[in-house]
Amino acid sequence: MNIHEYQAKEILKRYGVPVPVGRVASTLPEVKAAAAELGGRCVVKAQIHAGGRGKAGGVKLASSPEDAVEKAAEILGKNLVTHQTGPEGRQVSRVLVEQGVNIERELYLGMVLDRAQSRVTTICSSEGGVEIEEVAAKHPEKILKEAIDPAVGLQPFQCRRLAFALGVPQETVGKMVAMMQALYRAFDECDCSIAEINPLILTKEGQVMALDAKMNFDSNALFRQKDILALRDLNEEDPREIEASKYELSYISLDGNIGCMVNGAGLAMATMDIIKLCGGEPANFLDVGGGANKERVAQAFKILLSDVRVRGVLINIFGGIMRCDVLAQGVVDAARELSIKVPLVVRMQGTNVELGRKILSDSGLPIISAETMAEAAEKIVQAVNR
Amino acid sequence: MSILVNKQTRVLTQGITGATGQFHTKACKEYGTQMVAGVTPGKGGTSFESIPIFDTVSGAVAGTAANATVIYVPPPFAADAIMEAADAGISLIICITEGVPVRDMIRVKRYLEGRKSQLLGPNCPGVITPGACKIGIMPGHIHRPGSIGVVSRSGTLTYEAVDQLTRLGMGQSSCVGIGGDPVHGFEFVDVLDLFNRDSGTEAVVMIGEIGGSAEEEAAGWIKANMKKPVVGFIAGQTAPPGKRMGHAGAIISGGKGTAREKIEAMKSAGIRMASSPALIGRTMQEALGKL
Repeated sequence: MNIHEYQAKEILKRYGVPVPVGRVASTLPEVKAAAAELGGRCVVKAQIHAGGRGKAGGVKLASSPEDAVEKAAEILGKNLVTHQTGPEGRQVSRVLVEQGVNIERELYLGMVLDRAQSRVTTICSSEGGVEIEEVAAKHPEKILKEAIDPAVGLQPFQCRRLAFALGVPQETVGKMVAMMQALYRAFDECDCSIAEINPLILTKEGQVMALDAKMNFDSNALFRQKDILALRDLNEEDPREIEASKYELSYISLDGNIGCMVNGAGLAMATMDIIKLCGGEPANFLDVGGGANKERVAQAFKILLSDVRVRGVLINIFGGIMRCDVLAQGVVDAARELSIKVPLVVRMQGTNVELGRKILSDSGLPIISAETMAEAAEKIVQAVNR
Repeated sequence: MSILVNKQTRVLTQGITGATGQFHTKACKEYGTQMVAGVTPGKGGTSFESIPIFDTVSGAVAGTAANATVIYVPPPFAADAIMEAADAGISLIICITEGVPVRDMIRVKRYLEGRKSQLLGPNCPGVITPGACKIGIMPGHIHRPGSIGVVSRSGTLTYEAVDQLTRLGMGQSSCVGIGGDPVHGFEFVDVLDLFNRDSGTEAVVMIGEIGGSAEEEAAGWIKANMKKPVVGFIAGQTAPPGKRMGHAGAIISGGKGTAREKIEAMKSAGIRMASSPALIGRTMQEALGKL
């Protein structure tokens, strides 16, 4: 789960990470009041869940409250297109108005899981304000890392090692250490999957500060992170993905026109792959899970068909635990209820498969049955291209 | 021959009184697995399908000499269950539970350091040695005893591959699901090493997916060590970057963990890659010169 920059900064501040003084505003009068409170000189930053805001014109400097209003008017309510939003962009419904700061140096500080080590790793770079992937590709030598032992947490010596390697001035090293340790505490206690301060700035006054902040959270841990869950912004998510999550269905919207319903994530990905191999384009990833019942199948169907681009549906179920007759009945009921108008190919394998196939063929519905995955993919691609 | 489990394996179920635990304990018992004990705190002294239930894992081990455990407890309690099993000295811990927080698994892995227990999963289907021992949620009836080892990050896609093998007359020595989470126990390399040393395994199917770099590491290991033919498949060639594809670990992040990188690494290690998920069995026939 993602949150906005202003929310991440509020969390980090609670953990002791210094952040610029700022106010969130969703109207121009609020922007004006915030800018006046901050003394006039300020930065107006679009709040959307996507990176690349600066380059896309979503971050503007202002010299007075009036200027801040003028700059905010160019952002608020508008669609911001960055390299991460896709061509349709995201509507900006809030801006963060922040005090201006005197930047001496820009650094990078991030924490992320290192899967190969099964540990959280601190990543630093002297190249702040640039995407870390870009630094890693062009200047791998400028990336510094420290793996964190979960039993004891991030230790001061590790932070010092990073700070000295970054060339942080002697008198600022202590502040840097405190900031890194605070970031790790936030990461750990909030069940983050990513926490990034980019840029982390050294000010001309000798302070360290998080000028930007990004936090992502482990969705498996949200059951114990009620405060974090409350920060979820549904406007930033695909409506079909939200609907699917209500029924514990895993759905991801894609660009094609063949809707797929599959049990199991690996098989769902493989089904998308085989559709592509057969010359088609999948409209989505949809995993109905191992314990899918009639109701879930029906809900999954509704979500698939709510995508107007869908010209055909492929159901691929390897029913190990799930019985094919139950699945078939669910498909037939849902297809009737929704009076499905696009071609439907069903491939089932597993327990009670004969009975399942009989239910499909006896239904009188124009369901195309397939024996293997390859056959199913070929049939749906043919049907859609017809 | 086989790896990890056989007819002698004595299995304990943690979370035996939940619906999932009951369903699969019964199915595994019917398959012929020695299901010797169950653990549910507070239900000690009762039984399920004439399997005795204990309050603690150490109690169950003392009472039944169980040497493997399968965990079906809900995600908030899974890490605790794994550590309890490790503390009781169980040598093989299989965690089926899906949705365990990463932070919990990071601590579990640290806890397991220096202990003799080995962990499979979480978020995995388990392990089966066809005809001898099934521990987990895979459908037993699609498997046949034989000499192909299967190792995979997936559940149903593994069943698909096993089904193809069985239909083409190729039985399996053991099939191991290592799970779809970013932090987990057994890696591809660990299982490949066991298959390499198992005289009953003639060739191996390895099924990976997008996210992480476990396949690349396995490819490196295979190139240097593997004496047996390996057939591979990577799911998620059409997956978009930055989106978690069902499995917590199946995500392309920062441009890393793509199917293309993995396929290239595996090909260059001499692994015969199935171009389509429907051709995994056929590719194995080719690898064994049976076509």
